[in-house]
Parts: sequence; structure tokens; C-alpha cells
Amino acid sequence: MKEIVVISGKGGTGKTSITGCFAALAENAILADCDVDAADLHMLLAPEVTKKTDFISGNEAIIREDDCTGCGICMEKCKFNAIEITAEGKYRVDPFGCEGCMVCVEVCPVKAIDFPPNHCGEWYYSHTRFGPMVHARLGIAQENSGKLVSTVRREAAAKAEELKKDLIIVDGPPGIGCPVIASITGASLLVVVTEPTISGKHDMKRVLELAKHFSVPALVIVNKWDINPGMTAEIEKETLLGDAYPIGRIPYDRAFTAAQINGRTLVEETTGTAVENITTIWEQVCRKLK
Amino acid sequence: MIIAVASGKGGTGKTTVAVALSLAGSEPVIYADCDVEEPNGSIFLRPEVACTEKVLVEVPKIDEEKCTSCGKCARFCQFNALVSLGTPPLVFPELCHSCGGCEIVCPAGAISWKKVPVGEITLGKSDGGRISVIQGKLDVGSSLAPPVIRQVKSYIADDALTVIDCPPGTSCPVIESLGDADYVLLVTEPTPFGLHDLKLAVETVRVLGLPFSVVINRFDEGDSGVEDYCLEESIHVTARIPHRREMAEAYSKGGNLFDAIPEMRALFEGIPRIIERGVEEK
Ligand code: SF4
Ligand code: SF4
Ligand code: SF4
Ligand code: SF4
Repeated sequence: MKEIVVISGKGGTGKTSITGCFAALAENAILADCDVDAADLHMLLAPEVTKKTDFISGNEAIIREDDCTGCGICMEKCKFNAIEITAEGKYRVDPFGCEGCMVCVEVCPVKAIDFPPNHCGEWYYSHTRFGPMVHARLGIAQENSGKLVSTVRREAAAKAEELKKDLIIVDGPPGIGCPVIASITGASLLVVVTEPTISGKHDMKRVLELAKHFSVPALVIVNKWDINPGMTAEIEKETLLGDAYPIGRIPYDRAFTAAQINGRTLVEETTGTAVENITTIWEQVCRKLK
Repeated sequence: MIIAVASGKGGTGKTTVAVALSLAGSEPVIYADCDVEEPNGSIFLRPEVACTEKVLVEVPKIDEEKCTSCGKCARFCQFNALVSLGTPPLVFPELCHSCGGCEIVCPAGAISWKKVPVGEITLGKSDGGRISVIQGKLDVGSSLAPPVIRQVKSYIADDALTVIDCPPGTSCPVIESLGDADYVLLVTEPTPFGLHDLKLAVETVRVLGLPFSVVINRFDEGDSGVEDYCLEESIHVTARIPHRREMAEAYSKGGNLFDAIPEMRALFEGIPRIIERGVEEK
């Protein structure tokens, strides 16, 4: 079984739109949305959720006011400044600041701190017109996005196994931090979607370094390449220097926005150069996987 | 006053707006780049760099002479950063949150601390010294954005106007960046993805209880979903930036909003004052 992860470093390069096209072009694939923080792929694929599962991860400290003696030890030991004194002079854990490290629970001399498991979000198993999909939603202001990403990947792999699918297409998160690391470690192939801007180039270089760090082979697509052809050429050169391969360019096309508005992938929406380019790119990606 | 510029989705023009806010006025301003995974503000502000410093976090160091291999530290660690199989524990520094718990529970006093780098801070000046540019950059391969963001924020002075360029999304790095903000500008674009992610961002700032308004980038492209939503939810739209091919071109070369659309400057110059008045009234 192979797993392709589409990432971009920088947001807004068209990563999800292109993943959607791959989903439409692929046969016998499982789809997974690992951009759990701001998941958008479902807006193109209209999944029908068939199973919903709570995502419980980590714990959260809660002080039982009645048992607290107000000694202040927990506040002193919390490295994340997550314990505060309220206007009424009570000790309280700020749920957004708490990292769930359990230190306060350990040091409280009267054991006045509870430590219940944290409900951080949900993940879903769904049907789409292009096949099964695993996706998720992280609760607002929640930690553990990396673990939710790992859950989505694990469940997608299990489904692929069960349904005898040989390919998983993953829409990855932006950036290079914990959810991205969780998305790419152990993947078969990365497809990096960038754009010909200084920021795009800059962010792509960091993503390629990350790919190298975790030894995942990477291919690069320059989307909206005609906005700055000179920069596109530079990016393709940088790609080779970063031990990756440029596999194609896609022109700027307003139809991407139109497709999004119609809840369709670009390959369903229209024909033309952009669609031809994406189709060729997809064939190349498949060849690379062999 | 601290204005945080955020967006649920990346690539909506968040950095463009944060940079424009910093460039528009004539007062001293601090531009703090908290998008530490992909810091891009410096591409547009081109600061003269005054100094750089490493962001260091403390991770445990085990004294194998003192360690009795009891495994308490590993059982305590909530982040699986210590693994002990009847041996002195192995430390996985990339998983450690530096909470200090293992040292507290170790009965043998076998744990001390060592510093490891996770990122870098760059301090510089732009626009003839008027704009102080503080950039945080996460080391490639490190997953610990929050400590880098905390260090960027440690340079923020209370009295000066500060513009925070936040990371995209709604999870811990964003919450960390929004921590001390007085006001949030949410940048979005009028597409279904833009609207979907704007809703998440609005939920986030509402949960945090921060006053906010919206900036719509490329407002004349796409559909009316974002405008309708803002109207329904009584969310103020502070600025609408038109779509211009010149903007895309200027941006691709590291140019700023006013290089492409000079008439936007007056609007951006007024934004901090409008916000300040609004915040004071509250
Ligand atoms: S669990 Fe850790 S982070 Fe949370 S309040 Fe307690 S000491 Fe602070
Ligand atoms: S350590 Fe326990 S008793 Fe002391 S202030 Fe904290 S919760 Fe209250
Ligand atoms: S400092 Fe905290 S997170 Fe790090 S190893 Fe010790 S217990 Fe685990
Ligand atoms: S708690 Fe201390 S003595 Fe026990 S295994 Fe850990 S380091 Fe060794």
C-alpha cells in the first residue's frame, strides 16, 4: 500500500484543490484529510459521514475549589503559567493555557486537582463520490493536532487494508510543525504544491528540508506558475538542489475558485490547460509510486 | 496596543495585511512574526538585522550513576518523552514539553537539565528604524512552535503599537500568539474555503473573548458568502482589498500592498486609531 501526502508549507497555494483533483483522477484510493486544524477537502468531496468517533487525547487539569487550600504551589510549579488567581481569589486552571503535563496534580499537597481525559475533537469515516474518506475536526483551541493527524492516518491505513485499496491520498496541513511532521513520517511520497512568490519559495525550501530530515521523497508542483515565470524557474532549480523533483506547472486559473464555489474539483468543473497539466502530473505521480 | 492579524486558512493575505499595517503609519511600531513555521514578514519588510539568538528549551539529562531504573519518570511523563524498560530512561527531546515533572517525581535526584535549540529569533529594524521587526523561526524537524512564539512575544513592549502576524489555524500555536492581543483582525477571502475557515477563526476569537473584525482580501473575486456571513453575525468588515494582478506580481517579488495599490495606504493608516477608540469604548 502506498501513501501520498500533499503539502505546501505556505497556505493558499491550491493544495486542497489539487488534492481534490487527484482524488477524482485516482482509482481505488482512500482519501484522508490531515489538515485537521482547518479542513477544507470535504467542501469539494461532499462526504456522507457514516461513522463518527470522539477523539480523546491527553488530560486537562481542573482544580476543585472546595478542596483547594490556596497554598499556591501548583501555580509556582506550572511551567506554562496556566494557573491563575481569579478576581474572587480562587486558584483556577486556564483551559487554553494548560498543556496537560500533570505537574500540578503531582505537587498539590491536598490532591485538589482532577485530571480528566480531554475531548479534543472528532474524526469521521465517510463515503464520497470518489471513494471512502477519513477526516477529522479538531476542537477550537485544542492541542494534540499531531495525535489527531496520526489517528486519521492510522484509520485510513486500516480501511485501505480492509477494502484492499492500494493507495491513500492525504491532504496535509500547512507549515512544518507538529501536525506536518505527524503527516509525513513514513509516507511513500510527498507532493509539495507551491507558488512562484518569494514566500512560496522560502516555505517550500523549509518543507523540502523537512522531507529530507524524515527521508521522504518529494515532488514539487508550481501552481499559478505564470504569475512569475522567472520565479517558477528559480523554484524548479531550488527543488533539484533540495533533492526533490519538479513534476509540473499549473497556470493561474479562475476556474479553481469557480469549482470551489460549485463544490466540485477542477477536473469535473472544466477542461483546458490547468486540467490537462494536472492530469499529466497525476500520471507522473503514479509512475513515481511504482 | 497589540493588534493580532490572524486567519483560519493560510494564504489569505494575512502577512500582506500585517505588513501593510506596520508600514502605513508614521509612529514607531513593532512587527512580531509569530508564524514561526513559515515566517515571511521579513521578505516584505527587509529589516536590517541587529542580532539573532537561539530559542532554547530544557530537556532532562539522566545521571546514570544515580538512576535506580525505577521508571517513575517515564510513567509520569504525559508526552512519552521518556522510555524506561528496566533501564535508565531514554530521552526523546523532540517530544518533551519541558514541564519539569520528571525531576519532581524522581526519587533518586538523577535528573538535571540541558538546553537544546528549537528555533531562532531575529531582531531587526526596518523603515529607517521606525519598525522593529522580531521574527521567530522554528528549526526544521522541531515540532515545538509554542516556545519560539513565547520568546518572540517576550520582546513586545506594552506602550508601542504592536502588530502580531499569527500562524494560520485554530490550535495551540495560534492560541499562544493571540495570548496578549487587545484586538484581532481576521483576514479572509470570499471563497467557500475562506468562509469555512473564517467561521472557525471567529469561533476561536469568541472563545478567547477578544474583540475582532474582518479584512476581506480580493473582495471582488469569488462569491458573496463571506459578506453575507459577516452581515448575519454583525461582524464589522474593517477593510476590503481589491484583487489586482499587480498585487499578485508585487507580492511574488516581495513588494507590499502599497507598491501595488497606493490608495489603500490612507485606510490602513487609520485602522489602529479606529481600533483603539473601539477597544476603549468597550
Ligand atoms: S497540568 Fe501542567 S500545564 Fe496544566 S495546569 Fe497543571 S501544571 Fe499547568
Ligand atoms: S496546590 Fe492544590 S491546594 Fe495549593 S493552590 Fe494549587 S490546587 Fe490549591
Ligand atoms: S520535562 Fe515533562 S515532558 Fe519533558 S521528559 Fe520530563 S516529564 Fe516528560
Ligand atoms: S525516576 Fe529517576 S531514578 Fe527512576 S528511572 Fe527515572 S531517572 Fe531513574
